[in-house]
Amino acid sequence: MSLRVDDLTVYYRSLRGDVKAVDGATFAIRDGEIMGLAGESGCGKSSLGKSLIRMDARMKHMRGRVELDGQELPIADDAKMNAFRFRRVSIVPQYSMSALTPTRKVGTVARELLESRGEGFDEVRPELRRRLELVGLSADVLDRYPIELSGGMKQRTVMVLSTLLDPSLLIADEITSALDVSSQRAVGELLVEFRDRGFVKSMIVITHDLAILYQIADTILVMYAGKLAEKAPAETIVGAPRHPYTRLLISSLPEVGVRFDETRLAGIPGKPPSLLSPPTGCRFRDRCPLAFAKCEEEPPFIELEPGHEVACWKAAA
Amino acid sequence: MPLTEPTQSGVALPAEAVADAARSGAQTAPAPGVPAAPRLHSELFYFAFRNWKFVLGSAVVLACVAIAIVGPWLTDHPPLAFDGPTDQPPSSEYWFGTTSYGQDVYSQFVHGLRAAFLVGGLGGGIAWVLGVGVGFTAGYRGGWIDDVLNMLTNVVLVIPTLAILIIVAAYLQVQSYTTEAVIIGLTSWPWAARAVRSQTFSLKTREFVEVARLSGRSTRQVIATELAPNMSSYLLMTFILLFGGAILIGASLDFLGLGPSESISLGLMMNNAFLASALLLGSWWWFLPPGLGIVAIVGGLYVMNVGLDEVFNPKLREL
Amino acid sequence: MTRYLARKVVIYLLTFFVAVTIDWAIPRFMPGDPIEGLLSRMKAQPGATEELTGYYSHAFGFDVPLWQQYLNFWAALLHGDLGRSIANFPTPVSELIMGALPYTLALLIPAILLSFWAGNKTGALAARRKVLDNTVLPASYVLTATPQMWLGIVLAWLFASTWAIFPVSGAYGLDVQPQWSLEFALSFLHHWILPFSALFLVAFGGWAIGMRNMIIYELESDYSNYLTALGAPSKLVRKYAYRNALLPQITGLALALGAVVAGAIVVEIVFSYPGLGTLTLSAIQNRDYFLIQGIFLFLITGVLIANFVIDLVYVVIDPRTRVGMQGGS
Repeated sequence: MSLRVDDLTVYYRSLRGDVKAVDGATFAIRDGEIMGLAGESGCGKSSLGKSLIRMDARMKHMRGRVELDGQELPIADDAKMNAFRFRRVSIVPQYSMSALTPTRKVGTVARELLESRGEGFDEVRPELRRRLELVGLSADVLDRYPIELSGGMKQRTVMVLSTLLDPSLLIADEITSALDVSSQRAVGELLVEFRDRGFVKSMIVITHDLAILYQIADTILVMYAGKLAEKAPAETIVGAPRHPYTRLLISSLPEVGVRFDETRLAGIPGKPPSLLSPPTGCRFRDRCPLAFAKCEEEPPFIELEPGHEVACWKAAA
Repeated sequence: MPLTEPTQSGVALPAEAVADAARSGAQTAPAPGVPAAPRLHSELFYFAFRNWKFVLGSAVVLACVAIAIVGPWLTDHPPLAFDGPTDQPPSSEYWFGTTSYGQDVYSQFVHGLRAAFLVGGLGGGIAWVLGVGVGFTAGYRGGWIDDVLNMLTNVVLVIPTLAILIIVAAYLQVQSYTTEAVIIGLTSWPWAARAVRSQTFSLKTREFVEVARLSGRSTRQVIATELAPNMSSYLLMTFILLFGGAILIGASLDFLGLGPSESISLGLMMNNAFLASALLLGSWWWFLPPGLGIVAIVGGLYVMNVGLDEVFNPKLREL
Repeated sequence: MTRYLARKVVIYLLTFFVAVTIDWAIPRFMPGDPIEGLLSRMKAQPGATEELTGYYSHAFGFDVPLWQQYLNFWAALLHGDLGRSIANFPTPVSELIMGALPYTLALLIPAILLSFWAGNKTGALAARRKVLDNTVLPASYVLTATPQMWLGIVLAWLFASTWAIFPVSGAYGLDVQPQWSLEFALSFLHHWILPFSALFLVAFGGWAIGMRNMIIYELESDYSNYLTALGAPSKLVRKYAYRNALLPQITGLALALGAVVAGAIVVEIVFSYPGLGTLTLSAIQNRDYFLIQGIFLFLITGVLIANFVIDLVYVVIDPRTRVGMQGGS
């Protein structure tokens, strides 16, 4: 098992109380698995991803345990986590376009970063150059300033830099959200290639875009309002989802070739509950067309078939 | 990014005006899952009155305003009357002592405070109107209008304000603080124009403005409902900084003897004291109060401003 | 980059042109006759008035048409001729200015450079240590709100008048002559400390506050977050943040130059320091129009040149100005 997450609960401090961003998340990722983490905005997927590498000042680790390659990740302890960052857990952030400081050459940033982490730059440089060329960049990107690079080039540079030390777990946080469709595809393919070449053991790809996850992810984990809804192989999620939310999500996706006068595009009426004081029981209850009395009790996230976990009383029935 | 103004010291706070990166807007992304918008104003008030800098700064400024208003009523010595004993230290009769010409320092001080507020408010106000007008128009309209206004701003910006004021005041023989305020206002607006322009630019390209425009709202409506509320914090802080800056410039002008000579101001008090060798005589009651008055008002304004910046710019808050 | 600099040069030339024109125009369009005012102050003999008026009209060039006066003014200016001082007739204005300039520069340049360096360093430090933040910051607010001449007066009163540690006026003692000697240097320094401090302290406050705020802002930036997420030590992150925060500070320096010069003028007056400030004051008091005009022009030119130098420095240190948007594939 590459990554085990057990009852991970992370809240955000805010003026009006604690926002229960991630509540009782339990799942596992195998070596070599690319897991997509999907859900609408505010469902907690980004928070979950962030909590695995660096909690920002507002985040509080309430309970839960994270294990990577059999070793516990001290996610609540910022100082202790440092040993794991970059080496064992790494991140390609949402803001890759501005992730490199504008007043330093890319190569200088790479060198200073690596050396500050105790890695000799000269030893790593050949591999760095090789990987840059692999993603379609010339090695003289290192001599450039970020302003001289296009958005796509910066994105790829950051991907290479983040994975340079071959981390066990890579978190890709909404890295395709700002890109056009063909760039999305290119980036998606790069992620898969990194996994295939062994640069990264396993990956969590966070996005609201199910279409791209279908292309690149082995499994997909769907979150709703801070809770896990369903996890299954990508094919199953898209083809035979069991959780009502997932099903509505899939059916609300526009399909290529379908015209609007033939089929109406269904949405999901209503909006997600406030995470400041979420409702008891199943959080999707208010919007779910299948809700019944038992839903006032929170459904457990259980494995209904091998590799397919769902949190829903109806699905479990 | 924090807003600041180049003042007599160099830069009081970072020169937002010239930084290329414009401010990202008053609010950062709220914590996920938290409903936004409706609570905005009450949240601001909550933070404003909990921010000790804002509270302290406002308290000091308001105290000075109170003294400026009430102070003159408490004395029956006109500020310029030579009817007292000369060079007296503070006493029960003359609370701040007397000058070398037998004038009541306390009376001069409180009347000087009034003049300071007049110059600051009017001078700062004029500079604010000009700066916001020019900056906003340049930022919003763009194109050649922006180029022209930009040129104008740069030209006025680079010319040292005091140099212009010296020339103008030397020739014009300013006789009232209103005139002085107007002159100051007309020459100290450029940095505000720059700041407002860059802020307008950054806001203009935000989605909500595009949406408003696309949904058919007129330019005026877009300005009033989308841009102005988001910039209001910025505009307020700009005014505060201009206010303080005008007082400082006015004090320098008066100290050089270029302000009105028929009335009294804090800068003129310092000028008189200095020329009468109060320094060597040790008449500290004469030259200390005017400077302290300025430090109090301007310092209070700056501290208020920083407090407001923290309220509007959550990144600077200490949670 | 050349486009950027070329634009700046154009603006500076334009500014210079406007400044010179204003400088020339103001006395001629202000109410009142400068010669009449001059003569009345001179209390000239009634019989001599007409001749003196003619003399001065010619000396000031008022006896030719306006447009010609303007061109003559430019011609003289380009020859470095700023006219002759009225109060110190016939000493050329340029001579008086050159005599006073070294003293002003001796105050200004160290004050600007040292306050910028020390203020920024302190501001950056204050951003990370709570203790410093709570002391340096309030002190800086007070300092930056302090009128320089008042601080000069207070310093002079305390350190010169009351506790006779430093002299109260002048640039050097009465017993030394300006020369390259240790004796003169020591005396010069002794007289220099207080006026320098008045300028330094006020400017310091401004930079400290500015850098402190900028650092906090930069520490929250995307690149800071990225480096931290990859485990970079805070020292590295702070180093990058400082570097980026310096950029707006340097541009701020350019903006603030005019204000700093103004401060130097008033501080010099307080200490009777024989620089441009004292010269300006006496020029104003004597209604010495040409001297005032000359100083004004000089200041403007100086500020424009300094601005240009700062622009050059900025281009060197901010790669974004050097490189256009060259997109890649």
